[in-house]
Amino acid sequence: MNTSILLATTARILNQFRHDHRTVGLMVFMPTLLLTLLRFVFNSEAAFSRAAPALLAVFPFAIMFIVTSITTLRERTTATLERLMTMPIGKLDLLFGYGLAFGVVALVQVLVAVGVSLTWLGLSIGGSVWLLVVIAGLDALLGTALGLFASAFARTEFQAVQFMPLFVMPQVLLCGLFAPRESMTPVLEWLSNVMPLSYAVDALTAVTTSSDITGELVRNLAIVAACGLLALVLGAVTLRRRTP
Amino acid sequence: MTSSATNSGAVEVTGLRVHRGKRLVLRDVSCSIPQGSVTGLLGPSGCGKTTLMRSVVGVQIVSGGSVTVLGSPAGSPGLRNRIGYATQSPSVYADLTVAENLRYFCAVLRAPRSDVERVIAEVGLGGHESQLVSSLSGGELSRTSLAVALLGKPELLVLDEPTVGLDPLLRDELWTLFRTLASRGVTLLVSSHVMDEAARCERLLLMRDGSLLADDTPTSLLSATGTGDLEQAFLHLVREKEAA
Repeated sequence: MNTSILLATTARILNQFRHDHRTVGLMVFMPTLLLTLLRFVFNSEAAFSRAAPALLAVFPFAIMFIVTSITTLRERTTATLERLMTMPIGKLDLLFGYGLAFGVVALVQVLVAVGVSLTWLGLSIGGSVWLLVVIAGLDALLGTALGLFASAFARTEFQAVQFMPLFVMPQVLLCGLFAPRESMTPVLEWLSNVMPLSYAVDALTAVTTSSDITGELVRNLAIVAACGLLALVLGAVTLRRRTP
Repeated sequence: MTSSATNSGAVEVTGLRVHRGKRLVLRDVSCSIPQGSVTGLLGPSGCGKTTLMRSVVGVQIVSGGSVTVLGSPAGSPGLRNRIGYATQSPSVYADLTVAENLRYFCAVLRAPRSDVERVIAEVGLGGHESQLVSSLSGGELSRTSLAVALLGKPELLVLDEPTVGLDPLLRDELWTLFRTLASRGVTLLVSSHVMDEAARCERLLLMRDGSLLADDTPTSLLSATGTGDLEQAFLHLVREKEAA
């Protein structure tokens, strides 16, 4: 890995965003908009406070997944990737460069969503606000990493869009948002146990209810981070310098 | 088509075979490209020019034979900042400006920042530096892509149809640039499907249907086939081969 090439890649991607105001707007404000909508759907601060933490994990995760998979696919299908592969850039330089750029955007997205939820939407949490931001940010990064990985299996943007239900929806359904994970049938519980989003939602729920940093919380966070890293490395493996 | 063993060229291709899907697109291609020359790779669309170029820059999976570039096997890590490659479809980021594109590739190649100004002047894009690539005309776009290949100090330039869609004046300027580079010792492999560009090359590789028909200088090609222009020479060779 080469840090200066990695950072140049991050700067390049952020520069591309800078020229695309609409995308930036959508990415930064979309989770907040959805949370605001939810607040008025519930029409009660207490009900919102119960559902919001899990959704602070789900919305950034889903949005970052789709944005990343499309953007990366664009790089893969245009000739720029072929050109880069003839240059002295490592595959990890490229993927971590992407991860870092999207991570910056994800962090802004999460800060806005958490800020608005706490100040205007009446979300009350028992634990640390900063821990909440860290977990939600980590979660958006997980979405980014999975999106990078998923883009390897799509040939067209049309396919990439359809990976969103495939990669994201099962995780959302099984993460404990709709029914407690312990009450699921063994097969579903097992599936839920191998999906990283479940651990992110568990961690967020723990932070909102208590201020203790338990061993379980740390373990859950480590699992989310490890899954993100694994997806990035697997994404690098699927990048090939030589193609048929 | 034997390559001399004593004075090996910048690129040595021996018995190269490439499959794309089930189709054999390069059948036992052997050629030698002398250092410090402009070699034209000519033939109809679909004859295997791009595949041969991809093999030289090391991004093509090959089925057999060998490609040696500047003394190392094609695709070796050590070659990655010694080769400039411009793909047929422009390989630059449409959502960045001309200068931003060049600065990024400059950073990846670890070339001096002053190269950006130099290559913009070389391809005649002065005044377009801060224009978004998506707003450029077709010719300006392909020149931006060509400019990236000129960054750093490439010893070998592989240019896939760099002059398509350019007005005659610009085309002439670019060929002058190619010859200037060659006189400084740079080896150029330039593909084209227009025969009138062939006369500008010092050496010609004529391709058809995955095989080389000729590897010669334009003048000896004309005298060997007893024809008046290169288009006729090409036809002569095709008929000769079909008769055999």
